[in-house]
Amino acid sequence: MIKLSNIEKVYQTSNIETLALNNINIDIKKGEFVSIMGPSGCGKSTLLNIMGLLDEPSNGTIAIDNKPVEKFTDKDLAYLRNQKIGFIFQSFHLINDLSILDNVEIPLLYRTSTNKSRREAAKEALEKVGLSNRMKHFPNQLSGGQKQRVAIARAIVGNPEIILADEPTGNLDSAMGNEILNILLQLNAAGSTIVMVTHDENMAKKTHRLIRLFDGTQVS
Amino acid sequence: MLFNYIKIAWKVLLRHPFYTFITLFGITLTLTVLMVLTSFIDHLLGSHYPEYKRDKSLYIMNLTIQDSARSSMNNSPLSYNFIKEHIQKLKTPEKVGFSTFVSFANSYLNGKKIKLNTKFCDANFWEVTDYEFLEGKPFNEQNIANGEHVVVITDAIKKQYFEDETASAVGKSIEIDNEKFRVIGVVKAAPVTRLMTFSDVFFPYNLPKSNYQTAGLQGNFTAIVLAKSKSDFKAIQEEFNASVNRIPLPIALYGQKYDVIEVRAQTYTDTVLHTFMSGGREIYFYIGIVFILLILMGLPAINLVNLNVSRIMERASEIGIRKAFGAPSSALAWQFIIENIFITMIGGSFALILTLIIISIFNDSGLILHADLSINFSVFGVSLLVCLVFGLLSGVVPALRMSKMKVIDALKSS
Ligand SMILES: Nc1ncnc2c1ncn2[C@@H]1O[C@H](COP(=O)(O)OP(=O)(O)OP(=O)(O)O)[C@@H](O)[C@H]1O
Ligand SMILES: [Mg+2]
Repeated sequence: MIKLSNIEKVYQTSNIETLALNNINIDIKKGEFVSIMGPSGCGKSTLLNIMGLLDEPSNGTIAIDNKPVEKFTDKDLAYLRNQKIGFIFQSFHLINDLSILDNVEIPLLYRTSTNKSRREAAKEALEKVGLSNRMKHFPNQLSGGQKQRVAIARAIVGNPEIILADEPTGNLDSAMGNEILNILLQLNAAGSTIVMVTHDENMAKKTHRLIRLFDGTQVS
Repeated sequence: MLFNYIKIAWKVLLRHPFYTFITLFGITLTLTVLMVLTSFIDHLLGSHYPEYKRDKSLYIMNLTIQDSARSSMNNSPLSYNFIKEHIQKLKTPEKVGFSTFVSFANSYLNGKKIKLNTKFCDANFWEVTDYEFLEGKPFNEQNIANGEHVVVITDAIKKQYFEDETASAVGKSIEIDNEKFRVIGVVKAAPVTRLMTFSDVFFPYNLPKSNYQTAGLQGNFTAIVLAKSKSDFKAIQEEFNASVNRIPLPIALYGQKYDVIEVRAQTYTDTVLHTFMSGGREIYFYIGIVFILLILMGLPAINLVNLNVSRIMERASEIGIRKAFGAPSSALAWQFIIENIFITMIGGSFALILTLIIISIFNDSGLILHADLSINFSVFGVSLLVCLVFGLLSGVVPALRMSKMKVIDALKSS
């Protein structure tokens, strides 16, 4: 489903060059639940961003459904992000000016849908993460864990085939964390392909496959 | 989708009352400047009382004579003779009226000296212009032929002179420059900025004081040539120029010989611009005017675009988020363009109200005598267009900038 070949990512800042990813080869199959682990700064978020078509690698190729994305236009990429991918950011990235409900609706705004169906779908997604009582709130009125759950609701609202989750349970207590993991497991059981970055060995164990990164290199 | 964009815009505005206030304040101020300026230009150049037919009229204001070496030049209004020979005889126009520029006369009222603006004009002057007669009527050919000492005064002068405002002033006598005149009509006063038509009192052109029988081409009259329609302008100008070309050259004046005559029948705008210039160099004047206008209108406009652009760029992270969830650049561009037009329109409505207040204060202030600045259809149209253009411009610029931005960079810029 997602195939990364010889991916390399170099960050160039003033005179320091950081090699964030080095020769990464990953093939994620349809229906797989893959976890990524590694110490802080080893390139996990960078890798996930590249998979989610949010960032471009310095070298190497990405193929989604066997189609290389290099040739895609801005419009094609937007379509893929919208229809295929649901992203959960490590730092949430909610729009502070919009209510929780409006935030969750965002992916649906760029599809053909009615106001009403959008509302319904967003409410349903918020119910799944246990936040239906906070719909009218604004992001800065929520705790870190609650924001994380909004971010999850937004990622799943459009039933994407692929969910990319960057430490989705990093800000949650273990009970809530397990609940979220269960949601992801259910989505996976229902057919979603999931890639999750985590620091929790126990969670990683419940997934199909574990990729370990160290200093930008794939070690297992 | 349109409704959604407006809804988003509205929500964003409400979420940041202070920031919204600052932005709207800036936009309102900018648009107010533009609107007042437009209104002012329209006041100066548009078709307003008592020259509603300005767009159907040609004005002849000046006649310049030069020697062949162009070293000596004489520039002055027209003589009555010139008007009679070369303007009144024209076949193409509908009508020709003429008058002097304003001059001054003294009058005494209860021992107090009053300085009056005076004008001498013919009977047709009242037909090529649209002075509204509140009382009485204009003087006609007959009055002029009889050499009657009649005068048309404005309502403002009537107020000063006659204690009983309700009683008609017609038939009463008024003393100006130690001569008595019979009031024949009272007109509504016109703003002082109507260079060709403004005055306090109007006399028949043939009163001795007007010196209308000076010899030569130059004197102190100006003419308004009313065309049947705008499309006749060219024909009128051609006929007029042909007539002027028949004047035998050279002309002798004060012992000097002049071989070149320059006199034009022009639209009001061209006439005004021309007046500030002497032959051939008007292009610099146009450039100057355009330059000043550009600065006057350009600075606030740039400010407006800047304000809107920074308002959008501050939301780079929102752009990143929307892109991450599938917003194509075009959708975002539309969102911001519509948002900008929306906020600019809100600012525009405030500006419209503010402008109305400002021009009504200005009109009452007497800075320009009898000023009648207004927001008419064209001023409003121009203002609306300005709002739209800047709303569009300030949406397109950031839209283009952000479409070049990578999603991850937009996200990280928060
Ligand atoms: N925009 C950037 N410019 C320069 N260097 C960057 C940039 N983003 C990330 N890096 C560097 O790339 C490396 C990998 O960063 P990344 O965010 O992928 O780490 P991570 O594994 O997700 O860490 P964490 O577990 O703390 O989230 C780090 O050394 C980081 O400093
Ligand atoms: Mg990370």
